[in-house]
Amino acid sequence: MRAIIPALAALAVAAAIVPARAKDSVSLGMTLEPPILDPTAGAAAAIGEVTYQNIFQGLTQIDAAGQVAPSLATSWSLSADGKTYTFHLAHGVVFSDGEKFGCDDVKFSLDRARAKDSVNPQKALFAPIASVACPSAATAVVTLSQPTASFLFGMAMPAAVIVAPGSAATNKTKPVGTGPYMLGSWVKGDHVTLVRNPKYSGKAPAMASATFRFIADPAAATAAMLAGNLDAFTLFPAPEALPQIKADHKLRVEIGSTSGKIIVSLNEAKKPFDNLLVRRAMAYAIDRNAYNQAVLNGYGTPIGSHDVPGDAGYVDLANTYPYNPAKAKQLLAQAGYPNGFAMTMVLPPPAYARRGGEVIAAMLGQVGIKVKLVDMEWAQWLAQVFTHHDYEATIVSHVEPRDLYQYANPHYYWNYHSAAYDALYRKYQAATDPGQQLALWGDLQKQLAQDEPNIFLCAMPKIGVWNAKLRGMWKNALITVDIVSQMSWAK
Amino acid sequence: MTGFLLRRLLGLVLMLVAASVVVFAVMNVLPGDPALLMLGTGATRTTLAALRHQMGLDLPLWQQYLRWAGGLLRGDFGISYTYQTPVAGLILARLGVTLPLAAMSIVLSVGIALPVGVFAATHQGKAADAALMGAAQLGVAVPNFWFGLLLILLFAVHLGWLPATGFPGWSGGLLPGLAALLMPALSLALPQAAILARVTRSAVIEAAGEDYVRTARAKGLTARAAIWGHALPNALIPVVTIMGFQFSYLLAGTVVIENVFTLPGMGRLLFQAIAGRDLITVQDIVVLLTGSVIVVNTLVDLAYAAIDPRLALADMTGRGGEA
Repeated sequence: MRAIIPALAALAVAAAIVPARAKDSVSLGMTLEPPILDPTAGAAAAIGEVTYQNIFQGLTQIDAAGQVAPSLATSWSLSADGKTYTFHLAHGVVFSDGEKFGCDDVKFSLDRARAKDSVNPQKALFAPIASVACPSAATAVVTLSQPTASFLFGMAMPAAVIVAPGSAATNKTKPVGTGPYMLGSWVKGDHVTLVRNPKYSGKAPAMASATFRFIADPAAATAAMLAGNLDAFTLFPAPEALPQIKADHKLRVEIGSTSGKIIVSLNEAKKPFDNLLVRRAMAYAIDRNAYNQAVLNGYGTPIGSHDVPGDAGYVDLANTYPYNPAKAKQLLAQAGYPNGFAMTMVLPPPAYARRGGEVIAAMLGQVGIKVKLVDMEWAQWLAQVFTHHDYEATIVSHVEPRDLYQYANPHYYWNYHSAAYDALYRKYQAATDPGQQLALWGDLQKQLAQDEPNIFLCAMPKIGVWNAKLRGMWKNALITVDIVSQMSWAK
Repeated sequence: MTGFLLRRLLGLVLMLVAASVVVFAVMNVLPGDPALLMLGTGATRTTLAALRHQMGLDLPLWQQYLRWAGGLLRGDFGISYTYQTPVAGLILARLGVTLPLAAMSIVLSVGIALPVGVFAATHQGKAADAALMGAAQLGVAVPNFWFGLLLILLFAVHLGWLPATGFPGWSGGLLPGLAALLMPALSLALPQAAILARVTRSAVIEAAGEDYVRTARAKGLTARAAIWGHALPNALIPVVTIMGFQFSYLLAGTVVIENVFTLPGMGRLLFQAIAGRDLITVQDIVVLLTGSVIVVNTLVDLAYAAIDPRLALADMTGRGGEA
């Protein structure tokens, strides 16, 4: 022991004489490490968090208000039949390896994403495209097979960023994009550092570099924030530690919204979940506010359909099936299950599912539905539940923004089939007037609330924690992003 | 001695082949598909099929095994499914954290355990002995990850002396690297030191009662010199045996501790690779770990021979002696 104390003291001194961080860098915490750095080749949200608008840019982008904004396309026009988009591309843009950006790259990226051998994680976004043409280097003409209201939004997703033919194959480990930053270093398992891209055509951003550190453990994340090892945590993983964080005046907490929709997914290919009365009974049996308090520390927002408050066109339907166990029992009896039934619910690892599953099972138990809980890790969940539809119910957060299209997808894992919804969805996609699109977007949500294919629980909160002097962090985010070029240090 | 080494080498090869088959089988029986994990909930049938083909997952299992095992024989560890880079590079970078961490915790644990054990033995039955052994009992009972969190709270959050988590890399200099590893090494070392101290204590007490210690005292040595010079060396065999056992616990401990401290070491790589179904990486690491456990056990046996030459002699004359 005698040997350790001097050693400790020496190390403490060494730590103290490391110079203070210059104020043109930022270190950001995230729970999961991106496996690769190419958002067109992997679905992990962490890939987008590091690269979106930092390294890679799309034709369009999603701004802090959740709206579609210009990016590599500075403006666009839509033909009268709603099928042809003409994008006017930004001038003088080069990739970080010096390659010039032009319509060729747009055509290459879109054609690659919709090709037969494409491994794009969101290939469905590109399905409406019939052809891409390049009348000039600065103009891209994208023709769709039918009007698609969600197209511009889709082109702003991380999976739709523009890549160059020469670097596309190596972007997974050596990303080359048009954004203000490029990869500096990547110590796998610990951090990724982005540095300014000297070839960036726009205004040089305030931060010279940004380091993304990967800290999965909630207690470790809390300690790193409190110790000042991190400047910000966009999706802070420890809601239970917030009182402690709030007490520290050097840190700021912002509770916003994400596009995560926590739902109890039901497999309608299995009895009794094909029965609307049963689904509605389950909806009445669940107290969303109690779930929110118990599982999300009250930071979530109860929802009644598959959309979140941060989205334009969101309709608040949370009171469609107010908590009413008596009504639930009555509906169960009407459906032919006066004594309830037994079911199995599989729970992926996050707390909203594991802790949430206990809460939901207790509530369903009150109306006679006996729930057996089965824990499952993600790999197995994706194989068994998502791919093979071998499940009755599960709890999961659907994080993709504006993903109502999945309810019109007959092969999706919840096996929801509704001619009325499909017709409504086609009508929405065909609408070209923004006002009409918004109204139909609301109708889609109402249709789902009526059919209750899944039990909609809560919108996932975005618990952001950052240094009180850091500017440019987003309160809400439809997609998980850390836009470093917008960040700066207050004096 | 040569025969002993040859037999060990053959055992090593057979164990490695067995380990490779078992881990390959287990990883392939586990539900979950690395391609599906890459694509997530937006996966479609066509993208999944295209990616499986790209990753070689559509080949028959025996071909996948031979491809991997054949690569290993040629020193090629394959390409990680998750990171899409050579596994050898990933493992090498991680060893730069895990090996120093393991070495530091062994040094700490022996450095704590031997003096404590000998001190307790020489003060057998006194208050200091009871206090030290009580503390050791506590050390055995406290889980290392919890102890690690306590250390973080004290030294990083409260005192601000050491970084809470993470590893700056050796490129930033030796001291920051060692500083980052100190708390994790201590969390790993303490439970091990507790066990080792108890073993040392009983072994020294036993040896202290032997005739040769009495003879040493009779020749005029001080009690201290007799214990450290004569009793302890003879008490080392059980201590080294326990250290050998502890090596595999140490490897398992790094998985937990590297996660608590967010260290980019091999334990965390293994943990993430299992969750991410990075089959190739898991297989490579398990084969490597198996190999290192066998090598360490062999070294422990060789250490017996160094400590007690009678054992090596027994082995050479073919009368057994492998503990």
